[in-house]
Amino acid sequence: MTEILHGLVAPFADIASNPSFFAEVLIGGIAAGLMYSLVALGFVLIFKASGVFNFAQGVMVLFAALTLVGLIERGAPVALALLLTVGVMVLLAFAIERVVLRPLVNQEHIILFMATIGLNFFLEGFGEMLWGANVKRLDVGIPDTSFKIGNVLVNRLELTAALTAAVIVTVLAVFFQKTSIGRALRAVADDHEAALSLGIPLKTIWTVVWSVAGLVAIVAGIMWGAKSGVQFSLSLIALKALPVLILGGFTSVPGAIAGGLIIGVCEKIAEVYWGPLVGGAIENWFAYVLALAFLLFRPQGLFGERIIERV
Amino acid sequence: MNDAGPLLEVEGVSVRFGALMALHQVSLRIERGEILAIIGPNGAGKTTLLNVISGFYHPWEGRIRFAGRDRTRLKPPDVAELGIARTFQNVALFKGMSVLDNIMTGRLLKMRGNVVLDALWWGPAQRQELAHRAAVERIIDFLEIQAIRKTPAGKLPYGLQKRVELARALAAEPQLLLLDEPMAGMNVEEKEDMCRFILDVNGELGTTIALIEHDMGVVMDISDRVVVLDYGRKIADGTPDQVRKDQAVLDAYLGVAHD
Amino acid sequence: MIYREAGQFKTSYAADQAIFPIVQDRVLVTLGILVAFLVPPLVADEYWLQAVLIPLVIYALAALGLNLLTGYAGQLSLGTGGFMAVGAYAAFKLTTSFPALNILVVFVLAGLMAAVVGIVFGIPSLRIKGFYLAVATLAAQFFLIWLFNKVPWFVNYAASGTITAPPRTVFGVMVTGPLATAPVRYVVALGLLAVFALVAKNLVRGRVGRSWMAIRDRDIAAEIIGVRPLRTKLLAFAVSSFYCGVAGAEFVFLYLGSAETLAFDITLSFLVLFMIIIGGLGSILGSFLGAAFIVLVPIFLTNAPHHVGLVMPVALQKQIELMVFGALIIFFLIVEPHGLARLWQITKEKLRLWPFPH
Repeated sequence: MTEILHGLVAPFADIASNPSFFAEVLIGGIAAGLMYSLVALGFVLIFKASGVFNFAQGVMVLFAALTLVGLIERGAPVALALLLTVGVMVLLAFAIERVVLRPLVNQEHIILFMATIGLNFFLEGFGEMLWGANVKRLDVGIPDTSFKIGNVLVNRLELTAALTAAVIVTVLAVFFQKTSIGRALRAVADDHEAALSLGIPLKTIWTVVWSVAGLVAIVAGIMWGAKSGVQFSLSLIALKALPVLILGGFTSVPGAIAGGLIIGVCEKIAEVYWGPLVGGAIENWFAYVLALAFLLFRPQGLFGERIIERV
Repeated sequence: MNDAGPLLEVEGVSVRFGALMALHQVSLRIERGEILAIIGPNGAGKTTLLNVISGFYHPWEGRIRFAGRDRTRLKPPDVAELGIARTFQNVALFKGMSVLDNIMTGRLLKMRGNVVLDALWWGPAQRQELAHRAAVERIIDFLEIQAIRKTPAGKLPYGLQKRVELARALAAEPQLLLLDEPMAGMNVEEKEDMCRFILDVNGELGTTIALIEHDMGVVMDISDRVVVLDYGRKIADGTPDQVRKDQAVLDAYLGVAHD
Repeated sequence: MIYREAGQFKTSYAADQAIFPIVQDRVLVTLGILVAFLVPPLVADEYWLQAVLIPLVIYALAALGLNLLTGYAGQLSLGTGGFMAVGAYAAFKLTTSFPALNILVVFVLAGLMAAVVGIVFGIPSLRIKGFYLAVATLAAQFFLIWLFNKVPWFVNYAASGTITAPPRTVFGVMVTGPLATAPVRYVVALGLLAVFALVAKNLVRGRVGRSWMAIRDRDIAAEIIGVRPLRTKLLAFAVSSFYCGVAGAEFVFLYLGSAETLAFDITLSFLVLFMIIIGGLGSILGSFLGAAFIVLVPIFLTNAPHHVGLVMPVALQKQIELMVFGALIIFFLIVEPHGLARLWQITKEKLRLWPFPH
């Protein structure tokens, strides 16, 4: 018994005794968390505007990264490749709206969710057919090396990712609050039919939202791909986004960011300090258990309104 | 059990949602065998009152007694077990189930459970299922919905859904039946049918009924007593004739400024 | 239909509540079951039994289990693979610890073990719903797989980390292990499926099924009628996990022969979920149709180009398979969102009225 207690408490002593190592763990967690945030952000955008829980967001990240790498490999300059990839993602958004969403308008949420599962398969096959299934290295010109601030090692790539994510979130926030299409988006999120009756063009809105989610996917794909290579496992981040959404709430942009950071940091800390006690690799399930524990106390998420049920 | 007193007593019940006081110190009694109508303008707290009685919300203060026993903080299934059934303002049928299964679900509390026997569909489990089917068929006959037995509840027109919901509540053989706007959105003919059913349930089965209704003609015709709520407070309580002449009620409906 | 129910009047509620109230249906289904038991073992070759029919039957049982939970009780679960793993590892531990125990009893005990685990991971369902619950079941999925990987006791300290089905007989016939023939394993799996399908049908057409569906369709109204949510949901988790547990045990003992945790990872959970989505949520028949679809379509897609004389690299074929598969899911959802079972029902209705359209 005392041994178990000791095992649980000892890591706190470790943290206290080596604060600069702890800071590095923290930064690693934040970096991973930002990736989760970016993927979760794609989810939130689409969920807000169409009520669709887009299971294919992870594959969209993979697809974007594959397209970019594929174009660069075929000799396109990075800037051109990026531009073309943006075009491809917008085109994809048009196609999804026309082929998948429009025929399924007014269906229950669960059915739209299933449709995105179908989309998930299709995109995975399509992406690999176009660009091949091998693991690819994505080089965006930022070295994956570290430098020191005080006693703490900071990775250049991770720092860039963090700054990029911050910029994207700010731009999106302004887009949502200040532009007319952003306002229309929020109206659609509240009530499809009411928005339609006000003359807000649902089709355009959806295409825009899926395009924006596609752009976010490009960024996530670049960052993640630069770090661990472009490969199939990218599409599995979609699952990691689930606990993030639980923490942040399905409709909150700041929630997605905060949720991602919390999950990333807690996961890293748990893995580094407590993982060895139980044989490691607890990163696989820790996020879900954390989200689960959180749900039991606050089912509406960090930023959600308290739900009052009515009959 | 105390057979003499009122069936249900609500004493000084208040319900609040944050800063909003949905009910403010409401007291009322439902006597055995009567039809009580609860009326009031929109947002007066009528549905909240039913929700408190059926245990869905718990009061912030005050008490609720059923047949003389305190039951303020019971959960909905426990309230159902006491013999209180209800219908809902926006029909709450089980849309994916047939009408028959919906009504059978109403008898759930009357069925004894043994998962293993259920799984084998054998012996007592099968006999019980058949006995309850017979009881449900009597209700189906009573409410004249034989033709839609096997129809999925979600596919029925609104008026019929309301009728099936009444059937589901009746299947529980309740002592107290709470009806939340049973005639909302019905045409004249459907309303007449529904009135007849409510009176029959009250007269033939002796079920006590409390109902919320907006149609004053219906309220005055079928209820023994009327309670009026406004802004979460009870402002009148009496026979239809008394309430009709009450100045406070007239003010509430005609919109006199609150001071 | 070629036949109609005209002239068949039911004179008792028992007859009206039978699983197949129409005589011709009963005859056809009985014939179908006989054919399923007798024909494949006599006719089909090793490839068809081992690569198609045995996995099909086992997947159908898992899909049935998940359908009880997700389709009938409305609780979305992504933990199917985890619960199947519990069944597989429990069966392995039981039969290696008590070799004398009949293997069919072992399957049932393994199912019960999975049911207990299912109840534990079902507890959060009282407070959380929908996609939120999916996260709880994902926690089950990842935690269970991690546990079986990390604790060597589960694999009897085998260095390879795999569990292998030991040879066991039932009534003198070899059922598991390397010497068990494919026809025998097929018949055992089909027998279990038939029994458990009947049990599932009995559950969903009675008291239990109605309380599940009530919770699924309108949880608040159900509570006010007297359905106790915790008890009802946990029962659904228990029964569903039992089915998945038995299917998981069969997966290793009757199909794979030996397996690592990889066989039960998250892709298996999704695979089974797709089966019930495509087949039809809340339909027993749908579970079978969905399992058949998911098992047969890839096989068809693999062989079709070959038959029309197209030769293509394996990787390309795999990619086309994924694309067609995804497109088919979307296509089916657009045509009939409620799955193959509803499609079948509609066809039957139309045929019943044929040749008069109304």
